[in-house]
Amino acid sequence: MTAPMLELRHLSKIYGQDEARVFALDDVSLSVDKGEFVAVMGPSGSGKSTAMNILGCLDTPTSGQYLLYGTDVTGLDRDQRALLRRHFLGFIFQGFNLLPRTTALENVELPLIYQGVPASERRLRAAEALAKVGLEGRADHRPSELSGGQQQRVAIARAIVTRPGLILADEPTGNLDTARSREIMELLAQLNRDEGLTVLMVTHEADMAAYAHRIVTFLDGRIHSDQKNEAIHAA
Amino acid sequence: MLLEALRLALNTVFRNKLRSFLTVLGIVIGVASVIAMVTVGQGSTAQVQSDVASLGSNLLMLRPGEAGRGPGGSSADAPPLTLQDLTALTRDIPDIVQAAPVAAKLQSVVAGEMNHSVMVTGTDNAYFDIRGWTLAYGRPFSEGELRTGAPVCILGTTTSADLLGQGNPVGTTIRVGKISCDVIGLLAKREASTFGQDDNDTVVIPLRAMQRRILGKSDMQSISITFREGARAEDVTAQIQSLMRERRHITANMNDDFNVFDMKQISSMLTGITGVLTGLLSAVAAISLLVGGIGIMNIMLVSVTERTREIGIRMAVGATEMQVLMQFLVEAIVLSLIGGAIGILVGLGLGAVGSYALNIGFVPDYRLILASFAFSAVVGVVFGFFPARRAARLDPIEALRHQ
Repeated sequence: MTAPMLELRHLSKIYGQDEARVFALDDVSLSVDKGEFVAVMGPSGSGKSTAMNILGCLDTPTSGQYLLYGTDVTGLDRDQRALLRRHFLGFIFQGFNLLPRTTALENVELPLIYQGVPASERRLRAAEALAKVGLEGRADHRPSELSGGQQQRVAIARAIVTRPGLILADEPTGNLDTARSREIMELLAQLNRDEGLTVLMVTHEADMAAYAHRIVTFLDGRIHSDQKNEAIHAA
Repeated sequence: MLLEALRLALNTVFRNKLRSFLTVLGIVIGVASVIAMVTVGQGSTAQVQSDVASLGSNLLMLRPGEAGRGPGGSSADAPPLTLQDLTALTRDIPDIVQAAPVAAKLQSVVAGEMNHSVMVTGTDNAYFDIRGWTLAYGRPFSEGELRTGAPVCILGTTTSADLLGQGNPVGTTIRVGKISCDVIGLLAKREASTFGQDDNDTVVIPLRAMQRRILGKSDMQSISITFREGARAEDVTAQIQSLMRERRHITANMNDDFNVFDMKQISSMLTGITGVLTGLLSAVAAISLLVGGIGIMNIMLVSVTERTREIGIRMAVGATEMQVLMQFLVEAIVLSLIGGAIGILVGLGLGAVGSYALNIGFVPDYRLILASFAFSAVVGVVFGFFPARRAARLDPIEALRHQ
């Protein structure tokens, strides 16, 4: 068995000092294998967002270890973490976070710019990623000209255009209606299945979590439960 | 990467045309005023130098009154110069080639219906040589006219044209102040103008005519002196000073009550004044550049705040601190370079208009243009750095959460 794609070892994140100390994460250990689709659930303040920020190399833990592809990335500085994000991670946000006044294609190209991919190849790969999310005809549309579901598809295209191993999705359906949400979940499930992408997704909705293989629930900074999704495995 | 930053900066700048324009306005005004002022300043300096050259070389001016009060210094308390002084100068100092008395007064001159106010100079024939005048028509003063102070005059071309129209004025009669004067000559037109005054607007009459008929006293305001080619102005000045001290009975413990002025000093003096003025105005312009830079910094800070989320997105997809810094720095530099470029064009335009209005040569200095452009870039770097660093130091999590 190879090393897990990512592994948290006794990870803690503490805000404040002395009496005012708050454990956002309290000795969390978690291991996710390549190709898994994990839903992360839990009430607000349970530590799931903090965990996702650390997993996404946007934040650093107070103590413990974070291993990505078997490598300890805990002590990396800002720029090293930026490089990790650039090459190995894709982000999907609740609020889509597209650049306004910039076309769908340009939005998808953005990570490739920072990878230093030449312009012609960039356009090709961005168009390819847009095709994968079913937005072939929308390359020249700006976010304001797209529906919420379409915007989220653009965001997914941006997340997968660098062919990262891991997608981190923070409530990707939080701003969408049920039908749109289901489409997005189908898309994520399909990318997970066909492209072998590992997906970690924070969600509040059990309906959406149902698409995942595994559901991890946070409570008070600890992992409350971690179970296989029986529905999926039964199917 | 830098190319990408440049493309991005241009996109951002041109997307917000009005804001960008207002942002760079300070730089535009700063650069434009520096360019305009220095251009006009250099033009007038060049003008002063050519004016002084047109006065003639090896020219000294002897005037009553203490030195150090400039060309218009006071001569009220000092005894006036006399014709005997003039004679003594040419006789006793071999380095002096020629000396001419000068007594001048502004008079109104009238011919027919035409009335004109002009500086009338009373002198002798040496004046023409000393000042480099030649006659286009007519003749210089005769011995008799000079001795008796006959009412005759020689006109400059401008005066002649204004009063009598183009052509040869010799033989006509004009009124100078209260006396009637026969025109006996016309000076050849001179292209140069001395310090903004038209040299060709002049009337020359015999010294004695000036003293008797116009001034009513036997004063002369100055003696113009040319000295031998190769003699040094300082040496000749010293000789004149010792001769005059003797003639005016000045004892060793008394200051000169006259002064010798080297016309070349006017050049350095006026150049100095122009330089100081240019320097002062440039300092004001530099301050406006500073203000312009602060304007850019201000807008860049606003821009960073407005685009916090964008910065967060860029960081999330892998932009390093340096890349974010460069993005905003390049944007600031692009803004100030655009401002600089517009400023240079506007400044050259203003400089050309100013030079034309002041009737001096338009001398654009490419070094100044390059320096302005470089300085604009420096303003961009200096005032763009702080906002850019603020952008680069943002926490990506906070930035993504920013509304």
